Amino acid sequence: MANSTTDKAKIVPSETVTLMSVLAPAIGWLVPGAGHLIQKRWIRGLLLFVSIVTLFLLGLAMQGRIYKANGGDILEMLGFIGDVGAGGLYILTLANDWGQGAIAFATADFGTKFMIVAGLLNFIAVADAYHIAIGKKR
Amino acid sequence: MTITLNHFSAALVFSLFASVVFGITHRDTTREMVRYGLYCFAMFLGGVLVAGWAMWILRR
Repeated sequence: MANSTTDKAKIVPSETVTLMSVLAPAIGWLVPGAGHLIQKRWIRGLLLFVSIVTLFLLGLAMQGRIYKANGGDILEMLGFIGDVGAGGLYILTLANDWGQGAIAFATADFGTKFMIVAGLLNFIAVADAYHIAIGKKR
Repeated sequence: MTITLNHFSAALVFSLFASVVFGITHRDTTREMVRYGLYCFAMFLGGVLVAGWAMWILRR
């Protein structure tokens, strides 16, 4: 009789690393939704692209602030982690010196949060692209 | 270009896009994605309205 301990101890076979399982998350991080598009999930990819890019651009247009790599305050570091999730958008913003708005009014703070959330949503989209690539999701 | 959104329209925009991403990434079939996306959208907006009224009551 098998008990629950031996059942849990079963070894799960390791997932094979394919080119797509590396490429899809990487491309998906750089361009939101692209990880789905290269796997021919056209509508999903397009919806993800529109949602994440629009949220990020709205954040910029609302004079939100972009966080840079830092080793200071914990909230600043978390803000950076969120922002960096937007990948190419984050790089583009830094390169053009955008997102330097001083948070002097409430909507600018909303803008800052919009950009962080766009990055975090892109992390979820990247994970989803990876799951599709390894066959865990259709 | 500067855009100024009020609190409710900011919440509406946020809810819409976050729900789209949640729906796509958290479910497997198209039907489930749409249902979950709508559920998230309703929860986001419902949460905003409930929190707003709760704060209005507390302020009195």
